[in-house]
Amino acid sequence: MTSSRLFPLATTFVIFLIAYGLCIAEFPNMLSTRVVGNLLTDNAFLGIAAVGMTFVILSGGIDLSIGSVIAFTGVFLAVAMGDWGVPPVLALVIVLALTTAFGALMGAMIHYLAMPPFIVTLAGMFFARGMAFLISIDSVPITADLYDTLQGLYYRMPGGGRLTFIGVAMLAVVLLGIVLAHFTSFGRNVYAIGGNRQSAELMGVPIARTTILIYALSSFLAGLAGIAFSLYTSAGYSLAAVGVELDAIAAVVIGGTLLTGGSGYVAGTLLGILIMGLIQTYIVFDGTLSSWWTKIVIGLLLFSFIALQRGLVWLSARRRGAAMPA
Amino acid sequence: MTMPATIKRVLPQLAALVVILALNTAIAPGFLDIAYANGRLYGSLIDILNRGAPVALLAIGMTLVIATRGIDLSVGAVMAICGAVAAALITGDHSLAATILMTLGVGILCGLWNGALVAFLGIQPIIATLILMVAGRGIAQLITEGVILTFNDPGLIFVGSGSVFGMPFPVILWIVIGIAASLIFRTTALGLLVEAIGINRRASALAGIGTSALLLAVYAASGLCAAVAGIVAAADIRGADANNAGLWLELDAILAVVVGGNSLMGGRFSIAGSLIGAMIIQSVNTGILLAGFPPEFNLVIKAAIIVVILVVQSPASHTLFAFFKHRPGRAAETPAGAAKPEEGGAR
Repeated sequence: MTSSRLFPLATTFVIFLIAYGLCIAEFPNMLSTRVVGNLLTDNAFLGIAAVGMTFVILSGGIDLSIGSVIAFTGVFLAVAMGDWGVPPVLALVIVLALTTAFGALMGAMIHYLAMPPFIVTLAGMFFARGMAFLISIDSVPITADLYDTLQGLYYRMPGGGRLTFIGVAMLAVVLLGIVLAHFTSFGRNVYAIGGNRQSAELMGVPIARTTILIYALSSFLAGLAGIAFSLYTSAGYSLAAVGVELDAIAAVVIGGTLLTGGSGYVAGTLLGILIMGLIQTYIVFDGTLSSWWTKIVIGLLLFSFIALQRGLVWLSARRRGAAMPA
Repeated sequence: MTMPATIKRVLPQLAALVVILALNTAIAPGFLDIAYANGRLYGSLIDILNRGAPVALLAIGMTLVIATRGIDLSVGAVMAICGAVAAALITGDHSLAATILMTLGVGILCGLWNGALVAFLGIQPIIATLILMVAGRGIAQLITEGVILTFNDPGLIFVGSGSVFGMPFPVILWIVIGIAASLIFRTTALGLLVEAIGINRRASALAGIGTSALLLAVYAASGLCAAVAGIVAAADIRGADANNAGLWLELDAILAVVVGGNSLMGGRFSIAGSLIGAMIIQSVNTGILLAGFPPEFNLVIKAAIIVVILVVQSPASHTLFAFFKHRPGRAAETPAGAAKPEEGGAR
């Protein structure tokens, strides 16, 4: 049982190693801490958001709103610090409180109205993007001392690579996500709901509280991702981060998490992010391939992993059928 | 016999559309004016019918998919692929008929791919169609080689901006395809079978319905509708834009289906309802522009519409309504009354 659960994660890890090996064989320069550092920095915001998406998908749900929440966060921060004169730290606290409350509201609607997460978070996606538009439709630059300080923070790795603040922040979020998923009662409840909602309810899992917390966590992390994105671009733009929710879902699936919920690992999501980042890096190194190959390769990877998952589910169902011929 | 039930079914949607049109008229007094010039009708109403054509076309296929308890996220990307294919073929000196036939074929192929994943591999529809949604724009880019492929074939352009009897051609297209789909699914047992799959796929399979073949057909129909919408969108701007053609239209199409009173949980469906839903969305868009609000308000208002529908559709509020309805003496009569339109609509 455990081995078949670990199999998708192990496959992802092996694929990442093989892919990286092939890249290095073709471009030896890719084996440098610079590439590794950039891989972490460039995908920091996506990684943070994908950790939240992992919890949502583990519970059998989906969150389409995270791209819009990232854009809203960026625009809100830029306008709050620039035009409204809010102190940077206070602005960060306010925006995280807003996004968390937003997620909790979506979770409450999903639970109390008993509606599919898909359509509720679709409304959330429209709403958050609309709110971002209403605050400002321009790309607003962020000029705050706090941002300069945070952007200037990095650890120089041997070989010249930079481990930036947002890169480290992403790794920290992944670590915290692993702890939350595997070593807390909240994590167990998420797996229980994703495995079988009715059984979980009968066993006394607090469905309402957990559902609300899951979506609050996802939006909180989307807010955090928005902050990382604004540190990365030094600006807030309401048209930014369009379609990030799809990249996050893809990363979670490639990371070996079962889309029906109940099975998967937060660590796998990090691997999924790194594989997607690797494809982009390869295309940059190659120089002749068009960037749209990224999308096609990610689509192919998605398909292979889903097919792999179906195969595993089918195999385990057959084995169970053979063991219990009742 | 069937007509009254069908009209009763879409009454709330029609009422909502009338209210929105009345509001638009209040905002802009000339809203209802229709002029005839150069062999074509002009006016805001005609514009709504015309601008809403792509979403209306997508909504027809989406209604069928949602009725089987599925969803098709790939229609926007399929629009981009088909627009690119049509542009590539027509600039490659193929005849108009060959171009359109091959483009429709590509749309059906895309739908069959989605359908095969859902029917044979048993993948959740939202994920199965996500694959093509992500990869589709990349494929469209490959076909156009990264540029906006322009064309000036008068036949193909006619699909997007021509007019027949004064009506813009896209309007004729979605009305004719909508009526044809309604006839196919409502005068035969097909509609009933599709609803059966949406309500309980296993039970329908056990009852002898060819669920796999029907699912394939439904997704292929959605791909076909997306292909027509893709041709219309490309012909409208006389070029195939792989990045922006049909961008986010899958969400508008799903919204149109939901506004049309169809449940995302599958089962009972109404194509007419979805088409009215598409027109409601377009009327809101036009109304916002007429009122002088920035177009950015669109998204917030769409979100508000979804929330209202969710509250009305939710099982929780149904229990609440039932609580007030089920006064002593009416308890036995209400469920029978509620079930009637369903039977009438299915025949």
